[in-house]
Parts: sequence; C-alpha cells; structure tokens
Amino acid sequence: MMAWRADLKRSPAARWVGIALIAATLLVLPFALTSVGTAWVRITNFAILYILLALGLNIVVGFAGLLDLGYIAFYAVGAYTYALLASPQFGLHLPFWVILPIGACVACLFGVLLGAPTLKLRGDYLAIVTLGFGEIIRIFLNNLSQPINITNGPRGINGIDPFRIGSFSFSQRGEILGLDFSGPIKYYYLLLAVMLVVIVINLRLRDSRIGRAWEAIREDEVAARAMGIDTTRIKLLAFAMGASFGGIAGGMFSAIQGFISPVSFVLVESVMVLSMVVLGGMGNIWGVVIGAVLLSFVPEVLRYTVEPLQRGLFGRMLIEPEVIRMLLFGLALVLMMLYRPAGLLPSAVRRRELSGNSKQ
Amino acid sequence: MTSADEKPASSASGAARTAGDAAGAPLLACRALSKRFGGIQALAGVDFSIPRCAIHGLIGPNGAGKTTLFNILTGLYQPDSGGFMLDGRTLSGLPPDRIAARGVARTFQNIRLFGNLSVLDNVMIGRHVRTRAGVFGALLRNRATRDEERQIHARALALLEYVGIASRAGEVARHLPYGDQRRLEIARALATDPQLLALDEPAAGMNRTESAALRKLLERIRAAGTTIFLIEHDVRLVMGLCDRVMVLDYGRKIADGAPREVQSDARVIEAYLGAGAGAAGGAR
Repeated sequence: MMAWRADLKRSPAARWVGIALIAATLLVLPFALTSVGTAWVRITNFAILYILLALGLNIVVGFAGLLDLGYIAFYAVGAYTYALLASPQFGLHLPFWVILPIGACVACLFGVLLGAPTLKLRGDYLAIVTLGFGEIIRIFLNNLSQPINITNGPRGINGIDPFRIGSFSFSQRGEILGLDFSGPIKYYYLLLAVMLVVIVINLRLRDSRIGRAWEAIREDEVAARAMGIDTTRIKLLAFAMGASFGGIAGGMFSAIQGFISPVSFVLVESVMVLSMVVLGGMGNIWGVVIGAVLLSFVPEVLRYTVEPLQRGLFGRMLIEPEVIRMLLFGLALVLMMLYRPAGLLPSAVRRRELSGNSKQ
Repeated sequence: MTSADEKPASSASGAARTAGDAAGAPLLACRALSKRFGGIQALAGVDFSIPRCAIHGLIGPNGAGKTTLFNILTGLYQPDSGGFMLDGRTLSGLPPDRIAARGVARTFQNIRLFGNLSVLDNVMIGRHVRTRAGVFGALLRNRATRDEERQIHARALALLEYVGIASRAGEVARHLPYGDQRRLEIARALATDPQLLALDEPAAGMNRTESAALRKLLERIRAAGTTIFLIEHDVRLVMGLCDRVMVLDYGRKIADGAPREVQSDARVIEAYLGAGAGAAGGAR
C-alpha cells in the first residue's frame, strides 16, 4: 500500500497514462484478435485462466513460501463442483453465481484438508506430499464412476452449462450496443473482470497484516512463532486462499469448456502453473501475470508459426511444434537459471534471497 | 492516536497488570522445570522467580541449559515436568504464539531476524500479536484496518527511534551491522508489548561502545516497566546491570543472588574454572 502510493506520487500522470493505455488495449484486444483468428480469443481466455491459477498459487508459494506441487487439484475440485451442479450428470442446473462460490468453498475446504496434515513440513517434503495430493484427487476423479457414478470416470462430464444470466448466455453470439459479441469474447470480458478482482485481492493481501505474517513465516518460522504469529492458522489461511482461487478458476474452466475429464488435471498442469509463478518472479504479482501470459501464449504462437515456417524454408515439416516447444522450454529454463534466477520481474524480497550476501 | 500509542516501550496493556502488582508477587515464577534430550538432562528441576521490573541475569558455562530454559519459557520446547506462571497465570503448555500474546518476547542467540525484509517490516511484524485485521480487513481495507495499519507503522518507527536505528528503517535487515541487528531484534520483541523481555546474549559480538549503549537501552526499557531476563557472557555487563543473577550448570541452578554474592560463590567459580579450582568432587 505504502509503496504503491509512493509510486503514484513519483509521477502520477505517467502512471495514469500507462494504466489507461493498458486498459484500452485490454478492452479492444478480443476484437483485434478476432480479425487474426477466432481461436486466439479462446487462447487468450485460457491464458487468463492460467493467470488466475498462477495468482492463486502465488499466495501459497510466493507469499507464504510453501512449495505446492499439486495445485491443479484445487482447479479440478472447482471444475468438478461446477460440472456436477450444472450438467445433465445429476440433472442439476444451478446458476453460475451460486456454484462459483460453492466451488470456491469446496476448494477452500480441500485446501485446509491438504494444509492441516502438512503444517510441519517444508520445502522438499511439502512438495512431495502436495504432489501426492494432486495425484490422489485426479485418481479419485478417474475412479469415482463406481460403485455410484459420480464423476463419470475417465469419460468425463459432458454438456456442462455455460454461464447464463436470465436469457443472456455467455456461450452464444449476441449483439450488445451494436457490436457483435461472440461467445468467447463475452467470456473474455468476464474473465478480465475476475482477473482484476483477483489481482486487487492479491495486492491487498500482500500489503496487509496477513501478508506480513506470511512473509515472516517464509523468512523464519521459529522467529515468527516467537513473535506471536499463529503459524498454524496463517499457513492454513494461505492454503485456503490459494485453493479458493483455484476453485473459482476451475469453475470458469468447466463452463467455458463445456466438457471436463481427469486428463485436464494431470501433474504437468501443476508444474506448468508453478513454472509460471517462478518464471515471472515468485511473490511479485505483475511478474506472475507476465509469467502466465508468456507460458500460455508462446506454445500457441509456436503451434501456428512453426509448421508454415518450416514448410516455407524446407518444403516439408522437419520438427514437430511440440518438440520445438519442449526444446525452447528447456532452453528458457537454463537461461533463466543463469541470468534471472529470481524470475523475470522478481519481488524485491526474493531478489535479495537469491543474491546471497552481496549488497544491492 | 492516543498518547499511550506514542510511548515506545509501554509494557503490556493495563488490563494485563492485575492484582499481582500491588502485592509484590513475582512476575515470573518457575517451578521444578526439567527437560531431557535423549541422554542429556538439559534442565533438572529448576526453581526461580523474577520480580517485576527487575533485570535478572542468567549465566553459566556453555551447555548449562540457559537457552533451553529460554526455549521453554517462550513455548518452543515443552518441559518434561514442572511449569511456570507469568503474572499469576500458568503459561507452560501453551504454544509460542499464545505465550507471546500473554507477554513474553525474546531475542535469539544466533540472531533470527526476517533477514530479507526491511528493518521497518521486521518491527511491524512484531505488532502482529497486538493487532487484529484479518482477511476481510485486508480485502475491504475499511477505516478500522487503515487506522490500524497507520498505528502499526507509527509504532514501528517509534520503536526504531527508541533503540536508535530509525535512520536504517528502509534497509534490508540482514545488511545491518551486527550490533544494529541485535538492536533490531530488541525493537521487534518490544513491538509485541512484552511484560517479560528475554534476551539471549544481546551483547555477543558487540564492541565496548556498542555494549555500553546496549546497557543504557536495557536500563531505559526496565525504567519503562518491562522486566528483563538476560543471558549474557559479558561479565562486566551482567554484573553492572542485573539486580540478581542466577547460575546454571549442567541443568541445575547452583546459585541465585545479587551479582556480588554470585561472583564469589565457590560453586560458581568451580563451575567456570573446573573442579581443580575448588574442592575436588562436587555434589553433582
């Protein structure tokens, strides 16, 4: 809060111009993308979902310093909560503004369920338990088709309701104020709004008494306890908050996709979200956003450019886009470790942590 | 802001100061504290009490159980037997954060600051236990939360001023010189409004000037009404500053009295200089 205000004071005009430019870009973006190809709006929507996930995980990993390798489980819990309450699976069709909070609460509960037994663990040990937790959730979803069919097993759940307010459906093309809004574009604006709310929540948590307590625990848990911080509660709070954001993102994923199956919630997804947080800069909200945008867009850009490029150059395809993606991913990892170990846009604190004892 | 908020080292809230005050009952009373780690008896039935507003020294050879005693008093270890009371209320068995809330704060022998955070943040974190804003306060940032944040900020600055490192508020804690880190730890502990401030070798690594400044600081803290329990190897500091000194050796209390008495106690001399210095074959 204080730092933010200080920034504002430094050059308020420049800052507001910057904010206005970004806002304008974000507002026009889907229409610009539609002219390139409708798929890009959808890709952008998924990128925003990843931003939501990365911001949620940032609370656990970046703020509280608890390494969570099973974060995608909360996404799954949110997604399945939405799917079960708004699909032909049980014949339930609750409105989305009812289900999303329920999904957030259920995910939050799972967050506490994961947090409670792992309170005494840190670092590698915590990472392994959370990794196991993520897999357990996925395996459960895969097998909960017997004896009572709840999740429909590996076949997944189909025909999930889109977001709907009265007769206004987010999945159908419609005209608003004379502009043609496709389904993905409507979702884009909804996601954008949710993202802004989540960013504000993150910023406010960071600059609060709770945020300071998380930092204290990350820095030195024993000292934090001796200073009167109830580390049990504060850690559970981090897990619960992070999980809730995962749950909300999951619910939105369900609705946008219309179909979910356990395949969407594999370990690689957890690793992906964690990579976004680390690439961007743990603990730095804007860094995390940038990390999520990069890691969700670059593979898509490759998919659309690698093939035509190779055909143009060599007349045929030599290397699959997927292979190039992994190659670049590896290269990026190595370069990051060498040149920016604290992330693209590291938080001041993390930069200090990784810079050893050298003075700034 | 009220004037009470301005007072940098005001000791615990008025409500916590109850009947015991007038009666002259000790602030801290420990009874038969014992702690064993495997085959080592770190503490063996230690009894003692600390009167209000005292500066109570704790000395003893390395491995005598001094830090173990501190760890028990702050809830980091649970005693195997025995217990302790602060201000007439039993604290043994409570977790560290509850004990801090009841008014015991400490510093660590091997400084444990939140090293990568700013000096100011370190002290602000110390206010955690005396403030209330939760998630909803943080999200809504309502008036009460904003006022509380302002008070935390002001109080933290005042405490930095009080220990004499206000000019370094914006620096990274672990970049401070050693003596200032010790001061910062004291400021952070004071931020919890302790009744009892437990200092584990605060003068370790300090030069003579720093040590003299520390002594002045501790005297001011005591004058403001905070009781101090002090582990220290700097004999000059202990003898000059403490009202009473207690000596531990192999987990047992072997002396407890005015600095001068303790200094000339045969058992203490023996503990420090070895059996050869006194009569051979001690009671241990």
